[in-house]
Amino acid sequence: MSDISGASGEVELVQLLTPEGERLEHPEYSFSGDDDQIKNFYHDMVLTRRVDAEATALQRQGELGLWASCLGQEAAQVGSGRALGKQDFVFPTYREHGVAWCLGVDPLHLLALFRGIDLGGWDSQQSRFHLYTIVIGAQTLHATGYAMGVERDGLVGTGDPDRDMAVVCYFGDGATSEGDVSEAFIFASSYNAPIVFICQNNQWAISEPIERQSRIPLYRRASGFGFPGVRVDGNDVLAVYAATTAALERARSGSGPSLIEAYTYRMGAHTTSDDPTKYRLADELEHWRLKDPIERVRAYLRRSGSGDDPFFADVEAEASDYAADLRARCLALPDPEMLDFFDWVYAEQTTHLAEQKAHYAEYLATFEDVSQAPVDGLAPAQSASGRQPQPAYPRGVH
Amino acid sequence: MITLTMAKALNAGMRRALEADPKVVIAGEDVGKLGGVFRVTEGLQKDFGEHRVIDSPLAESGIVGTAVGMALRGYRPVCEIQFDGFVYPAFDQIVSQLARLHYRSRGLLQMPIVIRVPYGGGIGAVEHHSESPEAYFCHTPGLKVVTCSDPVDAYWMIQQAIASDDPIIFFEPKRRYHERAELDESLAPAPLHSARVARPGTDVTLIAYGPMVKTCLDAAEAAAEEGHQLEVIDLRTLSPLDMAVVYESVQKTGRVVTVHEAQLNLGLGAELAARITEQCFYSLEAPVLRVGGFDIPYPPSRVEEEYLPDLDRVLDMVDRSLAY
Repeated sequence: MSDISGASGEVELVQLLTPEGERLEHPEYSFSGDDDQIKNFYHDMVLTRRVDAEATALQRQGELGLWASCLGQEAAQVGSGRALGKQDFVFPTYREHGVAWCLGVDPLHLLALFRGIDLGGWDSQQSRFHLYTIVIGAQTLHATGYAMGVERDGLVGTGDPDRDMAVVCYFGDGATSEGDVSEAFIFASSYNAPIVFICQNNQWAISEPIERQSRIPLYRRASGFGFPGVRVDGNDVLAVYAATTAALERARSGSGPSLIEAYTYRMGAHTTSDDPTKYRLADELEHWRLKDPIERVRAYLRRSGSGDDPFFADVEAEASDYAADLRARCLALPDPEMLDFFDWVYAEQTTHLAEQKAHYAEYLATFEDVSQAPVDGLAPAQSASGRQPQPAYPRGVH
Repeated sequence: MITLTMAKALNAGMRRALEADPKVVIAGEDVGKLGGVFRVTEGLQKDFGEHRVIDSPLAESGIVGTAVGMALRGYRPVCEIQFDGFVYPAFDQIVSQLARLHYRSRGLLQMPIVIRVPYGGGIGAVEHHSESPEAYFCHTPGLKVVTCSDPVDAYWMIQQAIASDDPIIFFEPKRRYHERAELDESLAPAPLHSARVARPGTDVTLIAYGPMVKTCLDAAEAAAEEGHQLEVIDLRTLSPLDMAVVYESVQKTGRVVTVHEAQLNLGLGAELAARITEQCFYSLEAPVLRVGGFDIPYPPSRVEEEYLPDLDRVLDMVDRSLAY
């Protein structure tokens, strides 16, 4: 009887740094950077985790409507984010806060989205970090199309490191069941697009375990579409960095797409609206806590002597200061103006929408501030918004 | 002055667009060597290459989704969805992705994408090849929706749509692909998002678009023999609607019949009736009446001529309007 997993042999996992902080050799992948670079990874991961924790706290205090935590996935995000070249372009899901950090996107923009201020307020072209996509898997096609454009622009395989570029697309294990992801794999493969697909397999799609999405290891899906796939320890920042660097080089050189499955774990809830105690066991969390992506780097840096107490204390202090400042900036965000949203629907405004906006503005003008209302006799009833309705209702509003 | 079919006019329009802007690309199933199942893109891949006229894998969501990505990279994709009934697999990419990126980015990102959809019935096709799904897209903010009714409009409107910085769903009345008209390129085209009076009249306004314009013109010809002068409006743009032309006509005639192939329930006719009632209430001599497909899924082709509005059903509704 054939192996129902569809592939024989052991599942391979690229690991260059053990949970205990020991460096490993791998026949194909290696990390050639120095300890200063590893200290930078550590810094980025600690800052990412601190921003994430602050955002979760802000949500618990009612300051954000929702937050999708990346707790536990810092190595998968920082390792890949720091491997990006200065031309490469990223398409994230809604959880890539660590990648956003690496590309210099102000975390305030991420908080603004989850606070309900806007729908993605950063300049995605300038930051090379596309807006968050909330519909699962939809961005994989955008990334593939972008990569097809890059190839048409002649920015692949020239051998000029200042010219060649690649696209990185993130998605999760749940997304691999979406049709769009399969279509993206097919288009990318068919057109040999310069793209790296990074699947952060965090084991859970809200309450559904990976076994519900796939009966084979996800990285093996790639071979069915005609490009290479590799599973790396997603909690090992060195392995993720090495695998991403290699895949990016492959894409930039014109050798086509590849898939990296970063095998990791969602240490938090799916979002702040979720309750994982209903569907997963506490000992699973404990098992993964021992594989923490930050602790193993700290252990390595202590072991190698590159990181001492003052270094770790400095990073902690910087993270605390950064979080306090971020919180203050978040609370100071002004609410958006409803009237502005009419202007962003089309590049070329329509008469209909301009009229609808004008009518709404007229309607608003029929209200006045309660503080300026006449006070003789009883105070008139107040609307929930604090605006004061006028008796003369405008005609012709539609 | 040349005489050409609507299919050839669309082909010539796309050729012009490909020549005018190197960022214009065409993508879709079978659009390359075959020239599309209706031959609308015939010869374009041969002349502009596989990088600009792209045979796509058989995946509609993929066609539109990758077009979004190419637009982010500065391209102006023109996607072909092979038949109206096959646009639904791309619905999320059109409605939740394409239509929103300009809005989400507060105007930083533009989506100059045209999605061509051959639509409507009357060709004796099998299921899913005769649909009129325009209302779904008109209901979606961020999209613009247009449809041509003759070769001259087809030639100009496809070029205008490709030049637009907004995403446009471009519906092509497939049963009119082979009808001919004379094209005089020296005449300047009307703006893309404008309606036109296709035939002036004084008694009843017929509002139609796409394949039903010809049906209404035929009906107006027949009515004239009975002494009724029907004004026929070709909407051309379904979202945004050009209501000024409609209001002017209704204020003159006082009677309106809307005509489309799509099912009546919540179709374009319903929106037109609402807006006309709001704006022309005191001009109306009769309620706004609607002719359309019945509120059933498109029937098998042996009875499609009964399902589709025809000259008689239009004139019957005109009589009902005149009876008020």
